[in-house]
Order: sequence, then structure tokens, then C-alpha cells
Amino acid sequence: MTPRRGYRIFVQVAAAVASAVILAPFGWLLYASVVAQTDLLERPLRWWPSSLSLGRYAGILSGSEQLFRDALINSVVVATGTVAVSLLIGVLGGYALARLRFPFRRSTLFAFLITYMLPPISLIIPLYLLMSRFGLLDTKAGLVIVYCSLVTPFTLWTMSNFFGTLPVELEEAARVDGCSRLGALFRVILPLSRPGVVATGLFGFLLCWDEFLYALIFTSTSDAKTIPVAIAEFTGRNAVDFGLIAAAGVLAAVPPLLITMFFQRYLLDGLSSGAVKG
Amino acid sequence: MNKLWRGAATPSARLAYLLLLPAALVVFGVVLYPAGRALVISLYDVDSPFPGAYPWVGLRNYTAVLSDPRVWTAAGHTLYFTMTSTAAELVLGCGLALLLAAPLRFRWLFRSIVILPWALPTIVNGAMWRLILNAEYGVLNSVLTRLHLIDSYRSWLGTDPFLALNMVVLADVWKNTSLVAFFLLAGLSTIPRELYEAARVDGAGALLAFRRITLPLLVPTIAIVLVLRTIEAFKVFDIVYAMTGGGPANGTQTITFFTYLQAFSSQRFSVGAALAYLTVFTVLGLAIVYLRLLRQGELRAR
Repeated sequence: MTPRRGYRIFVQVAAAVASAVILAPFGWLLYASVVAQTDLLERPLRWWPSSLSLGRYAGILSGSEQLFRDALINSVVVATGTVAVSLLIGVLGGYALARLRFPFRRSTLFAFLITYMLPPISLIIPLYLLMSRFGLLDTKAGLVIVYCSLVTPFTLWTMSNFFGTLPVELEEAARVDGCSRLGALFRVILPLSRPGVVATGLFGFLLCWDEFLYALIFTSTSDAKTIPVAIAEFTGRNAVDFGLIAAAGVLAAVPPLLITMFFQRYLLDGLSSGAVKG
Repeated sequence: MNKLWRGAATPSARLAYLLLLPAALVVFGVVLYPAGRALVISLYDVDSPFPGAYPWVGLRNYTAVLSDPRVWTAAGHTLYFTMTSTAAELVLGCGLALLLAAPLRFRWLFRSIVILPWALPTIVNGAMWRLILNAEYGVLNSVLTRLHLIDSYRSWLGTDPFLALNMVVLADVWKNTSLVAFFLLAGLSTIPRELYEAARVDGAGALLAFRRITLPLLVPTIAIVLVLRTIEAFKVFDIVYAMTGGGPANGTQTITFFTYLQAFSSQRFSVGAALAYLTVFTVLGLAIVYLRLLRQGELRAR
């Protein structure tokens, strides 16, 4: 069958072209992070680098590029803290939404989800004024509080969906054996929910890692500045130090890229179940 | 006592409220109270971050915003950005989704490649494209001159506002098409294979099958993607901040960016709050209109 073969070849070629379009900018970013500054500033560009070095990465990680290293650490701390808090909150609330009967159950979940529709810019002005009053501006704790409000609706929703897929009988058996509801949640349900917890936590981490607007407004020094803010500032101020921007960009991209590569299945399943269920 | 309130007092309901309390505190404390505050602020003339007595101005901030030509220009940029990026992402995403579902030789590899842009932080994406498009040393200029597609280096982000806006759209499409593709792939996987076999038996070609089977059955997924992407695109800020800083000649200033400048550069907090509220209503309105239109389309397709 010739048309089928033609189709196969066409699909193969199209996939190769799409991959090239996707990978080329990444390749350039990596390349710019390791070649010498003089190569980057040559016109027209040199295709074959005169030298390669990992010096910029070493500089950032060892702390001689203080700005970026502090920002990386802040990002890790803030994202991890947020995920820990909102996972705990989401597990408790998600369990209530999935298993307990109470009036306005569906509307409660909906009320949490609708907060996602509000653009952050509409909340940011009063939040700024509030945080300045409570001394939370430019602190990691302040950012964690704000990020929890972003991530918690999401953890509530996915955890309650996940608990909903587990058979009720398991829990009932535990309760017959004398477990309280919370005991059953922590001893029986939670150990079985590891995939759901992991996927939810990772998604939350990605959300925090990517967040920019709140971090830009609420942080001002290396006490709390996160990596997107540091990169944006440096890019705006120093338009020519391509290599350092590229290296910082690569470092900022490594955690989310690794997470998505390794946990592709988890994340995509979460995504697609959300998409199909609506 | 009616039935509902008796339901609220059962032990299981009480436990439920207890378990949901932390979530409610965090989310509504950080969302609901500020949302209410913003409404109040928008009715006063607040011009500093310190507490104090500010004059009541009623709806004057709103009328000021609506009669400010800069707001309408920024709204135009936002609309253009939202429409072109969402349209391009849907069309390209549909193509990518079909490829992801096709019998490819290295399917797992292709999957992993397609997901990459989605994982890239938005700010890094913006910074990366800013480097690529740089007027003097950018790699795009270099490649295009080597290929003799342009005869001299061009300033992609620096001089022509409309060109710069399109470049921001390009960077956004490059990143977000991947998410759209995976959403559509999830939708594709719900379409029964038998439909295509039946169509083939009836002598329908691939294009006809796509138009008559794939597209109509994808409508619900497309609707979700459209609503989500529109809301996201309307909020666009990060990528503009990283790529152009709103320039050149304010040509890439979007509504969120303009609000940010009003509130935090000019310290006109009340004007910013009024603008933010107008944005919220527009987004909600758009979402409702979209959903209604698409539901009608879905009914007609049946």
C-alpha cells in the first residue's frame, strides 16, 4: 500500500522538523552558556567556538555570582516550603471533599477552584499593602504564604480526585478494626496514594518555580529574591553578558526539565484526566 | 431547623469543616480579603503604601481609566496577543497532537522533546528569545544573513513596535503549543477507533475523516483549551517583562503590564486596582461568551 507508506514517511519527517524547531533554541541556550564571550559577540557569529568552558556554571554555583546562587537557593526553599504546606492542607481538605458528606460540598470545591480565575494583578495591590504592614515584604515566609494560596486549590482538587479513585472498602475495614477516620487517612489511604501525592507535589513545585509577578513585587533583595526575578533583572540591566544569562537560565531550567522528564507519565496522566473530565 | 442545617451539624460534617479550615484560611485569607480590599481601594485615591486617610473619589478612577487612551492601546495589544497566540497554539497544537498520536518510530523520544518547552520557566523563555533576537549579536540575525534571507542585521525587538509584539507572540507560541498539544492528545485518545474504520469503509479520505470525526469530537477539549489559554494570555506579563520591558514606544505594553506600571512605578494604587477589576470582569465575560458559543457549536455538530 503506497499511500500508507507515503503517510508514514510524511509523519516521520514532520516529527523531525517539529523536534528541530523545539530543540534549536534550547541548543543555542546551552551553547551560549559554555562558549567564550568573544565568540558570542563576533559578527557574523562564529559557528565553531574557539573554546568551551563551564566557568560560568562554576561561578554561579560556588557563589562568586552571588545574585544567582542566592536566588536559586531562595527558589528551592520557597517552592519546597510551599509544596510541603499546601500538600498537607490539600490532603486533609481533599479527604473531606472526597469522603465526607456535608452540605455545599460541590460548591466548596468550586469556590476554591474559581480563585484561579482571578488575575494575580487584581490581588497584588492590597496584598502588597498588607504585607508591608505585617513586615512580610522581602521574606521567604511571605512568599510561601502567597504561593500557598496559588497551589492549595490545585492540591485540594487533585487529592480529592485521587482519593475518589480508591475503594471505600479499604478504609471501612480499617475503621472496623478500630481506626479513627484520621487514623485511616494517614495509615491506610495515604500510603496507597503515593503516586497522587508525588504528582501533585511536583506540579505544585513547577508552579512555584515559574511564578514571577508576585515574586517581582514582594521581594527586593537576595533575602528572598527568586531565580526568575534575578534572571529578569540581570537581563534587563546587562544586555550583553549573554553567556551568564544563558548559564543562569540553564540552571533555572534544570529542575523543572528533570522533573518533567522523569515524571512524564504521572504529570501527563494528571493533566489529561483534568482535561477530559473538565 | 431545616434539613440542610441539620446536615451541617452531623459529626462527619463537623470533621469535614475542621479538615477544610486550613485550606479556607490560606486561600480565602490571601484571595478573598485582598479582592474585597482592592474594590475598596479602587474607590479611594490611595497613592502611597502607608495606612492613612485617603480621599473618597467614588467611580472616578474607573472613568479615568476608561477615558485614558493608553489603556485602550494596552487593551488592543492584549487582545492582539491573546487572539494570535491562542489561534496559533490551537492550530499548531492540533498538528503536534496528531503527530504524537501517529505511528512514529521514536514516539517516546518525540513525546519527551515536545514536553520540554512547557517545562521551561517563562522568564527563562523570555530571556532566551531576547538573546536569540538581539539586534547586534543575536543568532537569528546571523542565521538569516548566512542564508541570505535578510541583507543586514535587524532589530527584532527594538524599533518596530508591531514587529516586537509579534516576536513576543512567537516566543509564547513556541513555549505553550506543547501544553495545548498534550491537552488535545488527551482529547484525541477518547475518540473511538471504530469511527475511523467505519469512515474508511465508506470511502472517506483522511482529510474528510479529520473534518467530520476528529474536529467535531475534539470540540469540548478545544473549548477548555481556548478558555484556559485566553485567561492565561490575558494575564500575560512575565514574557513581556523579560523580552521587551513593554517597549519599544510602549508597543508591547499589555493591560497587566500597564496596571503594574501604574500601581508600582507611579504609586497610583487606586487606578491600578480599578484597572485590575475591569480586567477581572473582562476575563469572566470572555470565558462565559466562549463557553456559550462553543456549546452552541457543539449542538450544531451533533
